[in-house]
Amino acid sequence: MRTPFYELHKSLGAKIIDFHGWEMPLEYSGIIAEHGCVRNFVGLFDVSHMGRYQITGTDAFEVVQNLITNDISKLDDNRGLYSPMCNEEGGIIDDIIVFRLAGESFLVVVNASNRQKDLQWILEHAKSANVEDVSENISLLALQGPHAQQMLQKAVEFDLSQLKSFGIVDTKIFGADCKISRTGYTGEDGFEIFCDSARPEIWTRLMQAGTEFGLKPAGLGARDTLRLEAGLMLYGNDIDESTTPFEAPLKWTVRLEKDFIGKTALLNKKPARKLVGFEVAEKRIARHSNHVIINGEKAGFVTSGSFSPTLKKSIGLCYVPPDVAIDQMIGICIGAKIYNAKICHTRFYKRN
Amino acid sequence: MLEEIKFTKEHEWAKLSGGFAIVGISDFAQKQLGDIVSVELPKVGSVFKQLQVMAIIDSIKASSDIYCPLSGQIIEINQNLHDHPELINQSPYDGGWMVKIKPANKDEFDGLMTGTQYEEFVGQK
Repeated sequence: MRTPFYELHKSLGAKIIDFHGWEMPLEYSGIIAEHGCVRNFVGLFDVSHMGRYQITGTDAFEVVQNLITNDISKLDDNRGLYSPMCNEEGGIIDDIIVFRLAGESFLVVVNASNRQKDLQWILEHAKSANVEDVSENISLLALQGPHAQQMLQKAVEFDLSQLKSFGIVDTKIFGADCKISRTGYTGEDGFEIFCDSARPEIWTRLMQAGTEFGLKPAGLGARDTLRLEAGLMLYGNDIDESTTPFEAPLKWTVRLEKDFIGKTALLNKKPARKLVGFEVAEKRIARHSNHVIINGEKAGFVTSGSFSPTLKKSIGLCYVPPDVAIDQMIGICIGAKIYNAKICHTRFYKRN
Repeated sequence: MLEEIKFTKEHEWAKLSGGFAIVGISDFAQKQLGDIVSVELPKVGSVFKQLQVMAIIDSIKASSDIYCPLSGQIIEINQNLHDHPELINQSPYDGGWMVKIKPANKDEFDGLMTGTQYEEFVGQK
């Protein structure tokens, strides 16, 4: 599958990879250069492979509230939040962003890898609410970095200084209708632009508008290193249906004062492991599913590992027993050797 | 330059120079790997057979075994790669060389692909 911007990525010399059936740009100028550009200037990502569903109608509020662990009861119109969506066992079906567009109208953004599964799950629990897959008609771009607001203001009518984190607004970009939210997956300030799939020239015009702000196109490679530094979960790597929000560092998204699918299981199940960060003492890079060794025994596994371009260190996330403490030394099996690593928080980078 | 150096199917190159062979990975290989962030080189004095794993390169996306293109003993390693693994991306045939080998059997060098053969080989990929 291809997004409406595929030919533009090719013409920019992107290295294209298969990502859950999508032909997506991995990198253009190089992962480290693109990563640095987002941390210091601004980067443009095509994230149209993610799923977008609208849930509307009289039951919409109740349906969404039941589907997710976080609480939308205090969510004003044009505001969004991050939440896991769990199965009856408390396992994470997906982690999603929910925007409340109006009282009984919601827009949810889901992971590319889970589009079909999520849609089916939502439909099974939709009661009389109307669920519409708008992924085809609306494409999604992410503009991320400290210069994002200043740059995007040149293209949109709405005063972006009035858009708060996790807010969403209807406006125009280069004269075309769109929604813009102040959200992202990089640890930087930034925006996501929901625009008409029939207008791929929006990408080109943003690239032109970004020249004076140091804009670079950025691919999935930089997206992964950026989100890992920021301690953001990657579905399929760090979390999946075998993990709960209490094992992952997502307790803050679980609102036990309300009802939701999986609540009973979460209340009755004591977490047997927890997700933590680690820094490898040497420069070797840990990879997904490498074993964690504590006192000579296998005690967990790596879920994400990479080089941190900002910290210039080998970092990662792993599941370990709940009693493992920050600063504790562990071993990580990489290839045939065990490398020393130190446990740390899952967030490696926080912007000023 | 591609005329004096020869290649393996695993994308290492070797160049004979004063009775020794200088070894690295090809420009095609470094482009495939993307940004290289760590290189684990063999110890000086260690002995390898042809196409035995002698080093590991980590790029951001993947870890790759590097095979010894010729049987022989490692007589020198490129120490600069420890702090500057990106030299392999920037200059795969020069500043990004990896090891020097004292070849045990010079016939093995003749059996490697020429630059033209290698270009054909990667062209089919």
